[in-house]
Amino acid sequence: MMATQDPVISLEHIEVQLGGRPILQDVSLSIKQGEFIVILGPNGAGKTTLIKLLLGLVKPSAGSVRLLGQTPRGGLREIGYVPQRRTLDVEMSLRGRDLVGFGLDGHRWGIGLPSRRRKEKIDRALQEVDTLHLADAPVGQLSGGEQQRLLIAQALISDPRLLLLDEPLANLDLAHQQEVASLVDKVCRERGVTVLLVSHDINPLLQFTDRVIFLANNHTAIGPVAEVITSATLSRLYGSMVEVVFAKGRYFVVGAEV
Amino acid sequence: MQMLAVFQYPFIQNAFLAGSLVAITTGILGYFLVVRGLTFAGHALSNIGFAGAAGAVLLGVPPVIGLLAATVGAGLAISVLGREIRERDVAIGVIMTFALGLGILFLSLYHGYAEQAYSILFGTIVGINRSDVWVTAGLSAGLITIMALVGRPLLFSSFDPELAEARGLPVRLLGSLFLVLVAVTVSIAMQVIGVLLVFALLVGPPATAIRLVRRPASAIGLSIILGLVYTWLGILLAANSTWPVSFYITTLAFGIYLPVRYLSKYRMERNIPGDRASARSATAESIQAENISNMRSSPDSASSMKGERHA
Repeated sequence: MMATQDPVISLEHIEVQLGGRPILQDVSLSIKQGEFIVILGPNGAGKTTLIKLLLGLVKPSAGSVRLLGQTPRGGLREIGYVPQRRTLDVEMSLRGRDLVGFGLDGHRWGIGLPSRRRKEKIDRALQEVDTLHLADAPVGQLSGGEQQRLLIAQALISDPRLLLLDEPLANLDLAHQQEVASLVDKVCRERGVTVLLVSHDINPLLQFTDRVIFLANNHTAIGPVAEVITSATLSRLYGSMVEVVFAKGRYFVVGAEV
Repeated sequence: MQMLAVFQYPFIQNAFLAGSLVAITTGILGYFLVVRGLTFAGHALSNIGFAGAAGAVLLGVPPVIGLLAATVGAGLAISVLGREIRERDVAIGVIMTFALGLGILFLSLYHGYAEQAYSILFGTIVGINRSDVWVTAGLSAGLITIMALVGRPLLFSSFDPELAEARGLPVRLLGSLFLVLVAVTVSIAMQVIGVLLVFALLVGPPATAIRLVRRPASAIGLSIILGLVYTWLGILLAANSTWPVSFYITTLAFGIYLPVRYLSKYRMERNIPGDRASARSATAESIQAENISNMRSSPDSASSMKGERHA
């Protein structure tokens, strides 16, 4: 919960190309341990690319990126990742505890023998996201919010220092969005985990966000919500007239796709 | 029981031994085939293998060599095809029927024993000798050992390839290795049930097991048990009648799958806590249809986790 001095993530003049064209250009930022960061921007602006950069799945064509003091590479146990997805197939033959168990040792070779320690670890993870009662339920039949909570438990069970979530609120109704958002915040504060969450809409996350990274039109803006989600900043990013209206506790962006 | 008297014959013993080994390996590999949505590809592999086997016969080479070459080659080719399932189905269907046509051509050019063709297509379980059993045992041991090593990461990448890749797993390599293992499984299953009907043992037991138990390890175990039961019963019934073994196995496999498939719908709905079940199943059909028609076409677009598609 106490932010340490060394940044968890630091990017300096990062450029990432995809298919010959630059997706991320001259991106520099520094994120401290325990921050709740939301990544916003229209489709194709590079939000998922930024995540993949941190996962080591994509290499920069220029600049440097350090994550927990090292170069990002695949398979880092310190990172919990919840990829972007639609819904789990309805007939999927998997229980809640199987799904979460993948996060613990799904990547290990050889046959895993069942052990009480393992079961207890999984139970604790399920308990943390309030899905213990779904441990034996078939995952394909659960609601979107329940599935998302299981996927978060799956990402958390390896005790990561960093949690990356790619559009975890997509395809969820409002009640489930709030449920998932406050769960992620709880994890952030209680475990001191740094959270990077990609979203299309800042509103369900307003009360939890420390800073926003806004990617648009090959430009970047980083800062607290009140500084970044403004007509001036967004107009500069998009290169066109964008108006931001804050009414009834919600932000409305007019003139640009978010 | 008078029926069991057939066990005194060595060829029945061989049939049982080879059949049991095949039931175990198809039970294991078939589970992953169902979960990865590759059952049609599995069927295609066996048909393409038929062309290889028939070609081998024409060249005077043991058919199993041609079978292995064709199935392994086809398996690797399928694994590098695009990930769009719909497109894959059509492409595979075209290639598969072309292979069948080739196989028929080879057979018509072959002026030897028609029985050999028949046994490739439908199995030759009563023609298995003791050395065949040893070869089958060796290959099965190899298959089971490899699956024991890669089974867990393969399962993970079957259900969630994107997360598995982020965890550092070689997802594509695992997929290719898996199809090679399926190719070998199909090749040894040929002797028991023939290439045309391998699907019955490769898909029937796992598809049934998945409907009955949810834990992956239990589903694989049940799939093996069902395969063994179908094979043993099939041999026993065939030995005491004039009807072929493969007919009995196929009938058992699908005779049991169909009622389980339709009865399990009610079971599933009863197991959800809360009263969400009926609302969920109403939307289930539309979500499933949407999932099948939506394709993962670009690396950055949203993806869904995989599940049963063909069973």
